[in-house]
Amino acid sequence: MAGVCTRVTRNLNMEKLRNGYLFPEIAMRELEHMKKYPNAKVISLGIGDTTEPIPDIVTSSMANHARRLSTVEGYRGYGAEQGNKALRKAIAETLYGDLPIKDTEIFVSDGSQCDISRLQLLLGSNVTIAVQDPTFPAYIDSSVIIGQTGDFQDETGKYQNIKYMPCRPQNNFFPDLTTTATTDVIFICSPNNPTGHAASRKQLEQLVEFARANRSIIIFDSAYAAYVTDESPRSIFEIPGAREVAIEISSFSKFAGFTGVRLGWTVVPDELLFSNGFPVIKDYNRIVCTCFNGASSIAQAGGLACLSSDGLMAVQSVVDYYKENAKILGDTFTSLGLDVYGGINAPYAWVHFPGMKSWDVFTELLEKTHIITVPGCGFGPGGEEHIRVSAFGHRECILEASRRLKSLLS
Amino acid sequence: MLAFPQKIVGYVNVWQHLPQRRLETTKEYIDKKKVQKKDEESSQQRKTRLQEIKYKKEKLEDLIVTNSALRFSIPKSHMTKVSRNANMAKLQAGYLFPEIARRRSAHMLKYPDAQVISLGIGDTTEPIPEVITSGMAKKANALSTLEGYSGYGAEQGENRLRAAIASTYYGDLSIEESDIFVSDGAKSDISRLQVMFGSNVTMAVQDPSYPAYVDSSVILGQTGQFQKDVEKYGNIEYMKCNPENGFFPDLSTVSRTDIIFFCSPNNPTGNAATREQLTRLVQFAKDNGSILVYDSAYAMYISDDSPRSIFEIPGAKEVAIEVSSFSKYAGFTGVRLGWTVVPKELLYSDGFPVAKDFNRIVCTTFNGASNISQAGGLACLSPEGLEAMHKVVGFYQENTNIIMETFTSLGFSVYGGKNAPYVWVHFPGQSSWDVFSEILEKTHVVTTPGSGFGPAGDGFIRVSAFGHRGNVLEACKRFKQLYK
Repeated sequence: MAGVCTRVTRNLNMEKLRNGYLFPEIAMRELEHMKKYPNAKVISLGIGDTTEPIPDIVTSSMANHARRLSTVEGYRGYGAEQGNKALRKAIAETLYGDLPIKDTEIFVSDGSQCDISRLQLLLGSNVTIAVQDPTFPAYIDSSVIIGQTGDFQDETGKYQNIKYMPCRPQNNFFPDLTTTATTDVIFICSPNNPTGHAASRKQLEQLVEFARANRSIIIFDSAYAAYVTDESPRSIFEIPGAREVAIEISSFSKFAGFTGVRLGWTVVPDELLFSNGFPVIKDYNRIVCTCFNGASSIAQAGGLACLSSDGLMAVQSVVDYYKENAKILGDTFTSLGLDVYGGINAPYAWVHFPGMKSWDVFTELLEKTHIITVPGCGFGPGGEEHIRVSAFGHRECILEASRRLKSLLS
Repeated sequence: MLAFPQKIVGYVNVWQHLPQRRLETTKEYIDKKKVQKKDEESSQQRKTRLQEIKYKKEKLEDLIVTNSALRFSIPKSHMTKVSRNANMAKLQAGYLFPEIARRRSAHMLKYPDAQVISLGIGDTTEPIPEVITSGMAKKANALSTLEGYSGYGAEQGENRLRAAIASTYYGDLSIEESDIFVSDGAKSDISRLQVMFGSNVTMAVQDPSYPAYVDSSVILGQTGQFQKDVEKYGNIEYMKCNPENGFFPDLSTVSRTDIIFFCSPNNPTGNAATREQLTRLVQFAKDNGSILVYDSAYAMYISDDSPRSIFEIPGAKEVAIEVSSFSKYAGFTGVRLGWTVVPKELLYSDGFPVAKDFNRIVCTTFNGASNISQAGGLACLSPEGLEAMHKVVGFYQENTNIIMETFTSLGFSVYGGKNAPYVWVHFPGQSSWDVFSEILEKTHVVTTPGSGFGPAGDGFIRVSAFGHRGNVLEACKRFKQLYK
């Protein structure tokens, strides 16, 4: 565009980023499709966006808090950047129960996507990271932006200087740590987005042992912990020895339908130390105080309501609703003879289409059934040949999607 | 890269090296000894040798014990091998406002019966008008209904809110809805802008200035070390703003930097730049090919015809980004809502639009402001909401007048106050932390020491005008008693 340029050089790290973050890209294709078929009823099982209303007990508490801001007694200005004390306590006691997590180790935030970047800011550009392959894109993209990586290589579909740990059916969707080179930081998401796999206790014990031996830091994303059905751990801190090697991030988004309300938290244990003995929590606190000003007090009031005993029951029933959706979708694909993974401990089904390119499958599904999914390669080269189907949707839409898939693929 | 802060003693990690070295030393010694003929060693020589080993062992153990006692008072524990970010180590102590809060808490413990009045942290105190909170309550309740539930919103903000901000504040300035990025507040936006700019840019700030500009710059790695003698970070251009230059920098003495942070009306000095001054600033940025990051969070407090937006200045769209906030307009300090304007015309040196990169940052490192807060923002910008906000702002402006009058009547040189909710009081020749402490100790009023905002802030105290009228009047009474 014609105009006067400044003399400010564009940040080279921004240049390294591949075109378009995955989910806005899919949204764009959805829009194009809707223009092409204005009468089609498009069902979105793509972006993992919650669809069911938030229980009354939670929203009424947020509404009350909002109204009280109009009163002299109820008005509150700036909150503590680390979060409301009562909420931090409730998270520690309710969600970490008998694990020795202190409220002072909990930092309330406006969600995991922001926390991931704040953690990257904390770590700086001189650390190396490892991610699962496939993985939630934000770990990689934030790493590129901060300057931890080299260039993207088209041939491999990977950024230089990031260690990609393949997670496949063959290795039970958990990295083979015996062949994994060491990095400073290891990002692990469990239950996993996109594969839906929840790491077993044994797998996490191996991971913690690996991190202790190599003295790395694990960043454990437990955003889908509420979806665990079996005995799989819901927090990395269930594993002995984790406090000295792990940070845990989590979110109310998929737990309470807070995708738009914005609330999450990060746990940084006191025992986690940098190589010179300096506590990581001190630096994270400084980041939070300097680069952030606290989550919205209204969202925090909602979070507190979620953690009351009635609130927990109410949000868990919505989680169960989505889990039932996941089961329906999983069963559908299985009945069609496809290999399906995940779906049991997570709201995602990871479907294998051997020999096919995932964008082609995405396009064909969209074209022929008007269903939006997510092509697996959007999560990394290890996602090729797979499609992620998200279980967030109204039951009728899930059932309708199921019918369309059966008629297309049987 | 290992960070070595001033006090090295606490950070030396002896653990890593000693066990190996000790083993090597003994091993080497043994190997060396194996070369010698065994029977050549007399019993006396053997005794001496073993004693030497014992002595060395004891010395090393002493060293270990001493060093572990000097380390942090936590039991011997696991350390990762991840190096601390050297940029974090450059930061001096804590962020200013938690530090003030800490001192306030300590003071309240010391004087449990004192009625402490806070005119320190610029925290709003008056309730939010009902027209605004009912908009938020309505949205919260709607989230429990099928028709009213919404999940992820656009990271850039809801279209209706972006459009309302554009038309309300930038109506005739041809800033469009798509130029506006809604956020959870200016502090977060400042850091997101810094992440976007990266570590290889240079920046200029006013001195004194809101601490987040400097601190975020340090964290991103744009600066050198803190220089204690001048109280400045290396590689930042500090633009002095004092009574002598009318609180507007002498641009002829300012070196070129990539980014210039400028806040008007200013926090902490309260000064609002004139149209003429801002025209010169825009020209300066244009001549130097710099990007101006203009913080207009206090624009609603302007009482004269000083510009409320940098985009009132012709040519600004090619050099400026504007950051603003609902915090001080609508009492949204806890609710969290603000916005950043990045005009399409703003380009990097290679012609790439800055807005495209900011959009990518917002989509990757952020997930949108809370939808309930945004509903509040929309209510703020309704005709009723605007009127209500003006009333609250007017209330704080009256507080500011009361405070200004008080200090003026006591013979102080007083600045700011007219166009901002801050009064900048001069205490020539005195250390601002000393004045802060004296005021706190003797009047139980919390203020903010000027040096917390930069070296040119020393000798000044910032008194914020956010408070219940009764508290402001009481504080002023106490000031009068102290300084009569």
